Amino acid sequence: MTPVATPFFFYFLSAIALLSGLAVITQKNPVHSALALIMTLLSLAGLYLMLYAPFVAGVQIILYAGGIMVLFLFVIMLVSIEKSSREYQFNHQWHVAALATAVLGGLLIYVYVRGRGIFPNREAVLPETLNTQQVSLHLFNDYLLPFEIASLLLLVAIVGAVVMAKKRI
Amino acid sequence: MPLSQYILIAVVKIAIALFVLLTACAYVVLAERKLIARMQNRWGPTRVGPFGFLQPLADGLKFILKEDLIPSHVYKPLYIAAPMLSLTLALTAIAVIPIGQSVTIGNANIPLQITDVNIALLIILGLTSVGVYGIALAGWASNSKYSLLGSLRASAQMISYELALGLSLIGVLIGAGSFSLREIVNSQAGWHWNLWYRGQFVAFFVYLMAAFAETNRVPFDLPEAETELVAGYHTEYSAMKFAMFFVAEYANMFTVACLATLLFLGGWDGPVFGPAWLMVVLPVLWFVLKVILFIFVYIWIRGTLPRFRYDQLMAFGWKFLLPLALANILITSLVIGLTA
Amino acid sequence: MPGFHRGDYLLALPMMLLTLFALGVLLIDLLLDRSSKVINAWAAFAGLAFSAAAVHNIQRAFADQAARGEPSSPFFAFSGTLMVDRFAVFFFYLFLAAAAITILMSVRYLEVEDEHHGEYYALILFSVVGMMCMAAGNDLILLFIGLELMAVSTYILVGFLRRDRRSNEAALKYLLLGAFSSGIFAYGLSLLYGLAGSTNLQQISMALGNAMAPGKARVVPAVALVTTAAGLFFKIAAVPFHQWAPDAYEGAPTSITGFMSVAGKASAWALLLRIFLFALGPMRPLYVPILVFVAIATMTGGNLAALTQSNVKRLFAYSSIAHVGYIMLGLIAGTAFLPNPDGIRGILVYLLVYTFMNLGVFGVIASLRRRDIIGDELDDLNGLFFKAPTEAVLMLTFLLSLAGIPPLAGFYGKYFIFLALIESGHYALATLAVIYVAVSAYYYLRVANAMFMRTAGDRVPVTISPGMWAGLAITGAATVVIGIYPEPFLRMVNWSMHVAQNPTVAQLLR
Repeated sequence: MTPVATPFFFYFLSAIALLSGLAVITQKNPVHSALALIMTLLSLAGLYLMLYAPFVAGVQIILYAGGIMVLFLFVIMLVSIEKSSREYQFNHQWHVAALATAVLGGLLIYVYVRGRGIFPNREAVLPETLNTQQVSLHLFNDYLLPFEIASLLLLVAIVGAVVMAKKRI
Repeated sequence: MPLSQYILIAVVKIAIALFVLLTACAYVVLAERKLIARMQNRWGPTRVGPFGFLQPLADGLKFILKEDLIPSHVYKPLYIAAPMLSLTLALTAIAVIPIGQSVTIGNANIPLQITDVNIALLIILGLTSVGVYGIALAGWASNSKYSLLGSLRASAQMISYELALGLSLIGVLIGAGSFSLREIVNSQAGWHWNLWYRGQFVAFFVYLMAAFAETNRVPFDLPEAETELVAGYHTEYSAMKFAMFFVAEYANMFTVACLATLLFLGGWDGPVFGPAWLMVVLPVLWFVLKVILFIFVYIWIRGTLPRFRYDQLMAFGWKFLLPLALANILITSLVIGLTA
Repeated sequence: MPGFHRGDYLLALPMMLLTLFALGVLLIDLLLDRSSKVINAWAAFAGLAFSAAAVHNIQRAFADQAARGEPSSPFFAFSGTLMVDRFAVFFFYLFLAAAAITILMSVRYLEVEDEHHGEYYALILFSVVGMMCMAAGNDLILLFIGLELMAVSTYILVGFLRRDRRSNEAALKYLLLGAFSSGIFAYGLSLLYGLAGSTNLQQISMALGNAMAPGKARVVPAVALVTTAAGLFFKIAAVPFHQWAPDAYEGAPTSITGFMSVAGKASAWALLLRIFLFALGPMRPLYVPILVFVAIATMTGGNLAALTQSNVKRLFAYSSIAHVGYIMLGLIAGTAFLPNPDGIRGILVYLLVYTFMNLGVFGVIASLRRRDIIGDELDDLNGLFFKAPTEAVLMLTFLLSLAGIPPLAGFYGKYFIFLALIESGHYALATLAVIYVAVSAYYYLRVANAMFMRTAGDRVPVTISPGMWAGLAITGAATVVIGIYPEPFLRMVNWSMHVAQNPTVAQLLR
């Protein structure tokens, strides 16, 4: 099947990602923030699918939406959210921050409009069926060392969590 | 194939699959009640229809006609969304499960699968992992301590066992070299079932245990341990909303059973003989038989084993199943690497 | 050429050995009771020694190369993601030395703090692995993951005093700001990848060369440069991205403050040089003005803020920020209109001597931590000369060296950088730097004044453990010897400067 209505889906998914990203920081209730973040992650997975990267999309859903965010929600559900839902969401500097963000955003938009055509414009030619194989070939050939170092990074993170959280080590 | 025909076939397949799945869910409930009753020297449901065969219909009617009660203290949007989420995700998984090769009707060659995607296994894993949200949100939105405790237990348990479940599949994946369920089945054709041919019986054991935990079934049914938590995460649910959770649980059982069949028991592989129509029907029959066998094991174990304690559950998952699954991956990849 | 080859093995051996020993430390820690935790330190030390031997092996390979009369070329491994050249070997030695001295200085300190665990040593070794990846990476992904490995290990080490609120606060602040800056950095790297279509530094350099050709829109490379540079400036703690440093330095265990101020900084500089010289080389005209601005801001901010500090660790945090400013002058001299290898050489010399003198300073501060005395206020140094004369004299040596007074090691660091500045015609910058060096003498001498001119506020004696003695002896000796007899060390730096195998860098350096 050839893809149908790609621009529509691109803008649709991007809009969801952006709007729910906004909701993450504006929602008072942390559970709502977490749910909005899940929406962002899922729409990103959709964007990966559109880039002919089904493996990455699947992993995105399993790891981020299905693993990490469940733990987030888990912790949020265990702590009392009464207090945080009464708290004022923005501190007194938010005007300045909003202004800075707007300026920065404007700058980035300007840059991308001016710089259009500078990125190598390539269609995704990779056959979708080979995405998984391609990922693994890259991981275990070209990027073998970074891959192994990343495992060290995770180990260090685990050690750190134990050191920080466990009373007697 | 023109687009209209494509869509028509897809819609028909979806309708058939949903109808079969929902009916099967209803009748597995009956089968479970009957079988458990026999194991306990009782009769089980007998009054509605001959041998109680109409009992599922009566139950369904009851769920529909009952008053749909929403307690006043719940957080309404999520309270209503949670069971829908659970059911939707549970039913979606069936979309990528193949039940046989393909049939040719007229000039169209129709695979016996709603959609054949090459990352089907990842999709199913993703759906089960996202399925936790239905339960977690139900517990939180119900605003009741039993619900919350039940949903916390459920999500902790499902996350813990998801690791073992995912890792147990890797041995199979290494052997088949694909995420596509169809190719995994094809790689086992001719009695080369993963269960013995590639020595994946350890993986099968891990998968079995993790699958029981994932579907919150006995002996891993702590999330709804009625002696401690009333009914766990669906304490505050009634009528159709409860039915959604109920159906979702059984639909998940079917998904897990289908997956076990496809990954370890050779899918629709089996003796095929006879005229052409039998050649088409027999593989599907073998597939259904294997699934039913698996479901029977589910019920059998429910009638046999007591419930785990919470710490036993966690220790079993993290300290036994996970290392076992890792060792299996190591040995499988070593064997395949050395014999390749 | 896919797969794992002998060359890959030999070049990754220093990292593999460190990893193995770190895992070993994590395991044997379980078998040790509280009184024999020092064995962990020995094991980690052995790991560093073995790793150094492996690095020496690589160094010998370079010698063989030269003996065969071949031009010096780097060794590539793992499909070109790892590039070990002499430059990398220099930094490998530097990281190993810094880690070894830190371990010598840590044992007693951790015992006093009652947090003597094997994880501490394992994390130091892991962070050295990350640093090695930063110094020898030839691929954005390896560089970034190495950076994160180094950073995450350091976050944990900063918060290692788990019952100390300052330590917790420091770790949290460092973690949040560090993650934020890593995000910006990664964004810059992603733009570079987008421009080049490759994560390989040489390919990026070529693509940027095309993108910077006259008549092309330069806005996207400019944004990539600014975001990448912002992330890097954060990691080396340059103003205006320095706010995390004083808090993190103050809250961290003192031994770790020393470690992160030398090894962490040196690795961040190695990464910065790799990216600025190897990948962003064609963008020199764009980044030199940024460097000038940041260098001036860093020297100003660091030196002026250090004047008023009453906490010694905070004071030296600002002092180390100021030193970043001086080192950045070397990069300016090395990359401005007249390409000038002396600037880069100055950076390497500076990092070398800074490692020893700054570790020495933090060693002395760490030895002031006694039961019930935190010992990191300026007043805690009062009358140190009368309690521990040798230590006070060593401290004075380090202070004078930091201020750049000849004939101590610190002088040569500044000498080469200022020389390169003058050679490349940056008279104004050189003058400004000299003025700030004079300013810095004020706060260094304030510390000396407290040690020699004031009377002690407490009567608790300062006892120095054998490990600390060894550490102080090494750092003190290095500070003095490099100052008096710098030739072998300069030869070593010159040797490592033969990085001229990369055409863009060669053009930059020769």
